[in-house]
Amino acid sequence: MDFMTFNGLYTLFLIVVFVALILWAYSKKQKKTFEDIANSIFDEPQDSPKSEGESSKHTGAKK
Amino acid sequence: MTTATTIQPDYNMKVVRQFTLTTILWGIIGMAVGVLIAAQLIWPALNFDTPWLTYSRLRPLHTNAVIFAFGVSALMATSFYVVQRTCQTKLFGGALASWVFWGWQLVILSAVVSLPLGYTTSKEYAELEWPIGILITLVWVMYAVVFFGTLVKRKTSHIYVANWFFGAFILTVAVLHIVNNLAIPLSMTSMKSYSIYAGAVDAMVQWWYGHNAVGFLLTAGFLGMMYYFVPKQANRPVYSYRLSIVHFWALIAVYIWAGPHHLHYTALPDWAQSLGMVMSLILFAPSWGGMINGIMTLSGAWHKLRTDPILRFLVVSLSFYGMSTFEGPMMAIKTVNALSHYTDWTIGHVHSGALGWVAMITIGAVYHLVPRLFNQKGMYSVALINLHFWLATIGTVLYIVAMWISGVMQGLMWRAVNDDGTLTYTFVESLEKSYPFYTIRFIGGLVFLSGMLIMAYNTYKTVTAKDGTIKLQELG
Repeated sequence: MDFMTFNGLYTLFLIVVFVALILWAYSKKQKKTFEDIANSIFDEPQDSPKSEGESSKHTGAKK
Repeated sequence: MTTATTIQPDYNMKVVRQFTLTTILWGIIGMAVGVLIAAQLIWPALNFDTPWLTYSRLRPLHTNAVIFAFGVSALMATSFYVVQRTCQTKLFGGALASWVFWGWQLVILSAVVSLPLGYTTSKEYAELEWPIGILITLVWVMYAVVFFGTLVKRKTSHIYVANWFFGAFILTVAVLHIVNNLAIPLSMTSMKSYSIYAGAVDAMVQWWYGHNAVGFLLTAGFLGMMYYFVPKQANRPVYSYRLSIVHFWALIAVYIWAGPHHLHYTALPDWAQSLGMVMSLILFAPSWGGMINGIMTLSGAWHKLRTDPILRFLVVSLSFYGMSTFEGPMMAIKTVNALSHYTDWTIGHVHSGALGWVAMITIGAVYHLVPRLFNQKGMYSVALINLHFWLATIGTVLYIVAMWISGVMQGLMWRAVNDDGTLTYTFVESLEKSYPFYTIRFIGGLVFLSGMLIMAYNTYKTVTAKDGTIKLQELG
């Protein structure tokens, strides 16, 4: 396999990986997990209650 | 060696406090040196005929101080804070975090001494000579051990996206620093060293380093900051976590190839220049992915901008980020670069990123952090934060608009030719035309710096106030 062929196949491989990443990230199955992770920064056990009284009032992830 | 007692008893907040306060200190010093050299371009006598006060020695001191002292202190403070809180565990390595702090201060002090003395490798943004280069490597490895060690012992099942960006920043900067600083010292007792690279290869390695310092330190690192502090301050989760995953991988995969755009029309092979240009254009997409994700986090909560100047800092920083990451790919186009390169336009572009994005998101994050680190409900004065916001915004706009006009004018004057092919203008003629804009730039820098001093005062009053005595305020 010469260098140009390798280059082409490698580029193709990267495109497939990237498309797979997008499909995985936007799959319905992952939606709930990602929403939970996005919200996780608000459920620290002792989220400085003195300085953040409204930390429970945040609204959920939309997308 | 006391750790925070009110935020979370077993977090190591001491090192976060130290880095947060040094962020403000080095910010003021680094920007003050910038204002001084801006003044020297108008009044050259300001070097007082002293070698170590000359522009050529102070300019690298300015860039090193704002990037590695101010910027990296801010990144170390926020990454140590964020990694502990999102992993819900104390920093790994015990006293190692303190070693990172004092080691990094030693690096900064070495720069403050060696650069004015004239010790330089002459590599832009990598000027520090070999002994300091080795010290940086040691401190950076300790930093990586603390950060990734904390990720390993996390109590949560996932790794929050901010940590992905911080992690990419730490790993890549290690690789960049080591590869670009490979050099052979003249002797073991000499500060002088020679790079192991030569010619066009040296130039390519240098700008592979230089542009990825922008990409991974000044972009990925500060995006990590953005992904924690914007949602926290807005009190809403990030707009799209899925987008953050896609734009993270796209950003780190593409940025690494963009360096050659610093070397258009040089001895670098044409194919490498074109590759750098195309990759820089592609980079626009993942950059704006991050910008949109940050700004849209506020959708439905825009009213908070009316009462919360900290949020204003964060949102305006994202606007400047969007603007510079649009401008950057445009300037990477070879024909545009033919006009813009080596002119003040580049300086304007850099400062729209440095003041508008990096400094403003840092300032927002610091205002978020200080009350939480020093047991208060808010900063001493929200009105002063608001004043700082306007000083920072006006200063940045003055600076970049002056440099845009000056830069385009220089580019046009330098390329103008008469019918017989001779140059229409001499270099000095273009320089004389730039003077008014250098004055505006100096004023802009001074305005921005004055905002930093107000921040220092506000922080001083917050830190020295009795615990819990400052109430949460809103702008009226």
